[in-house]
Amino acid sequence: MTRAARIAAYFLAVFSWPADWLSQFLLSSCRRTSALSLAVLALSFTPFRTLAQSECLACHADKTMQDSAGHSISVDGDKFGASVHGSLQCNNCHADIKEYPHPDHIAKVDCKSCHADEGAKLSASVHSSSKDHPCTSCHGNAHEIFPKTDSRSAVYPLNVPKTCGQCHSDGAMATRKGLPSVYPHYLDSIHGNALNKEGLLVAANCQSCHGSHGILSHKDPNSPTSKANIPKTCGACHAKINDEYQRGAHGQGIAKGDLKAPVCTDCHTAHAILQPTESAFRMQSTPICGSCHKDKLSTYHDTFHSQLGLLGGYVETARCWDCHDAHEIHPASDPRSAINRTNLITTCGKCHKGANTSFVQYQPHANARDRKLNPALYFIRLFMNLLLISVLTFFVIHTALWLIRSRFDQVKRNSGNGGKNA
Amino acid sequence: MPELAQASLETKMPAPATERFFVRFTRQQRAMHAVLFTTFLGLAGTGLPLRFSDSIWARGLAGAVGGFGAILSFHKFCALALTVAFLIHVKEIFTRGLYRREKGIFWGATSMVANWKDAKDLFAHMRWFLGLGPKPQFERYAYWEKFDYWAVFWGMIVIGFSGYAMWFAPFFARFLPGWALNAALVIHSEEGLLAILFIFSIHFVNTHLRPDSFPMDMVIFTGVESEKEFEHKRPQEYARMVREGKLDARLGEAPATWYVRFARIVGFTAIFIGVTLLVLTLTAYFD
Repeated sequence: MTRAARIAAYFLAVFSWPADWLSQFLLSSCRRTSALSLAVLALSFTPFRTLAQSECLACHADKTMQDSAGHSISVDGDKFGASVHGSLQCNNCHADIKEYPHPDHIAKVDCKSCHADEGAKLSASVHSSSKDHPCTSCHGNAHEIFPKTDSRSAVYPLNVPKTCGQCHSDGAMATRKGLPSVYPHYLDSIHGNALNKEGLLVAANCQSCHGSHGILSHKDPNSPTSKANIPKTCGACHAKINDEYQRGAHGQGIAKGDLKAPVCTDCHTAHAILQPTESAFRMQSTPICGSCHKDKLSTYHDTFHSQLGLLGGYVETARCWDCHDAHEIHPASDPRSAINRTNLITTCGKCHKGANTSFVQYQPHANARDRKLNPALYFIRLFMNLLLISVLTFFVIHTALWLIRSRFDQVKRNSGNGGKNA
Repeated sequence: MPELAQASLETKMPAPATERFFVRFTRQQRAMHAVLFTTFLGLAGTGLPLRFSDSIWARGLAGAVGGFGAILSFHKFCALALTVAFLIHVKEIFTRGLYRREKGIFWGATSMVANWKDAKDLFAHMRWFLGLGPKPQFERYAYWEKFDYWAVFWGMIVIGFSGYAMWFAPFFARFLPGWALNAALVIHSEEGLLAILFIFSIHFVNTHLRPDSFPMDMVIFTGVESEKEFEHKRPQEYARMVREGKLDARLGEAPATWYVRFARIVGFTAIFIGVTLLVLTLTAYFD
C-alpha cells in the first residue's frame, strides 16, 4: 500500500463517505495521481482536529500493517476500546502526533506522563536498564492493557508467573544475562501448584514477594527479598509461622542482626518451595540444617534415624525439625524447647508410642568416638572393634596358611599317586 | 591352575558303586543350616545398605530389595525366621541332653563344647601349616567348626537381642537405660559386620573353598560323605567308629544325582551372593 493511498483512505474515513468500495478501490488501485489530488482537495476543506480513535484506526485497523522495521503497527479497535485505556484518544499517549500525515518515526510512548509513581519506582528498580519497553514487557500489548483484576491482564495474579517467566526462564533473557532460571522452579513449587492447578488467587506469585514496579536486588537491604526482610515478606501470608519463627533462636538471631541465622528461604528455598511433608523435602532438609550444624549432622549420620533415612524413599525417620521443631527452635535448656527434658516424652512420643523417661535418655546425637561425651558407648565400640579386628586377623592368617599347606599337601599326594602332576 | 581343575573334576566324577556313604548330618540339621544361611543372606543383604547407607551402592541395593518400605520389613521377617530356628535348636539341645539324657551333647568327643583337645589341635594344626609337625587327627567337630558354631550362637544372641531392643525400643526402655539404645545400634552393626566378614570369607574358605573340599563341601546339603572323605577329614572319629563297631550304623545312601545338582546350584548361589556382599562391604569400609 502506498503512502498516498493511505492518506486518501484516511480522508475518506474522515468525511464518512458512504463509499467503502471507493476506498477499497483506491487502496487497491494505488493510482498515485488520483489519490494525491483527492488528498489535497480534502485537506483544503478540513481544519486541524484531535485525532480520534476511529480516524487512526482507519489505517491501523489493518492487521497486516507494519512499520519500516517490520513490526506490526496494527491496532485491534475492539480490544483497545474494552481495555483500561479504551476511553483515551490515541494521541493522549502518542503525544508527538499532532497532525496528519504524521512522521514515519514517532517517539516511544512515555507511560510515566500519567503513571509517574510507577515510573519512578521502575527507574530505581533492577528493570531500569531494560532496553525493551519496560512497561509493555510485563503489561503486554500496549493497546490491550486490562486492570490487574481482569483475567485477561498479563499481570492478573494467575498470569504473573508466566509473564515474568518470559524472561526469567531457561534459554530466555535471564539465562543470557546470567540470571538464575527461576520460573521452572516456581512452577513445581507449592506456590506454583496452588496457583496453576488450583487457581488460588492468594497463592504467592512473583510480585507477592518481589513487588512489581520497584523490584530491588536481594542484595539491597530495602528489598523485600533481602535476607533480613524475608521473614516479614513470607510472614505477610504465613503470619503464625512467622510469629513462631520470631520467637525461635533463628528469628532472634536475625532480629539481632546476625545474618548467619537462617531465614525462611535458607531451608525452604526461594522458588522451588516444597510441601514440607513431601518426601523430597524430607530428603533434602537435613543437609540444609547440617550446612551450619556440621557436628550435629555428623553424629546424626551415625544413628538409625539417618541410616534408614538416607536410603531414599523411606522418609518417616526423624529429621532435624521433627525433634527440634521447624520454626520455634529453642536451645535444649529452654523450657519451651521441644527437646527440653520436660518435653522429650511428648516429642519422642510423636513417633515412638509408649516412650518413657528411660527411653528418652536415648541420645540422637551420640558420638561413639568421643570418650569424654559418651564413655560407655566409646568403650563398647572399642571392644566391638577390637573383637572384630582380632578375630579376623587371626583367622585370615590361620586360613591363608592352611590354604597354602593343604594345597602343597594335595599336589604332593597327587604326585605320589602317580597323578598327572607327578 | 591345572591341579585345581583336576581336583574339581575328581569330585564331580560319579562315585564307584562299591563306595560307601556315611551320615554326618540329620535331615533336621541340614534344614536348620538352610534356614540359617538363607535368612543370614537376607539379613546381610538388607542390613548392609543400612550400615553403609551413605555408600554409592546402598540406594541401588535398597531399591533392588524392594524399596525402602520393604527393606526393613524384609530384615525383620528374616530376623523372626532365624529367631524361630534358633529357639528350635536350643530346645532340641536341651531335649536331647537333659530330657533324653543323650550322651555327648554337652561334653565328650561329639559335643560342640570346646575341650582340651581343641586347644591342642589348634596348635598342632598351626605347627603343621608351617611344616613343624604332623597333621592333627580331628574328631567329629574340629576346633574351627566349633568356633563357627559358637560365633554364630553368640552372634545370634548379641545381634538378636540388640536388634529386638531397637525394634521394640519403648518396651525395652522399661528395663534398660536410655544409653543402652545407643549401644544397641553400635553393637548390632559391629557384630553384624563381624559376622558378615567372617562368614563370607573365613567360613567360606575353611569349609568350602579349601583344597580338601573345593569347590564346595556338599555334606551339609546331602547329609552324607564318602568313606574316603570321612576317613581323610576326621580320622579320629572314623577310628572310634570302627573301634566301637558303630560304623555300619552310620551307613547312608549315596545322594541322588538330581539332588546333588540342585544343592550345588543353591550352594553356589549362596556363595556368589555372599562374596558379592563381601566385596561391597569392603569397598564401603575402605572408601
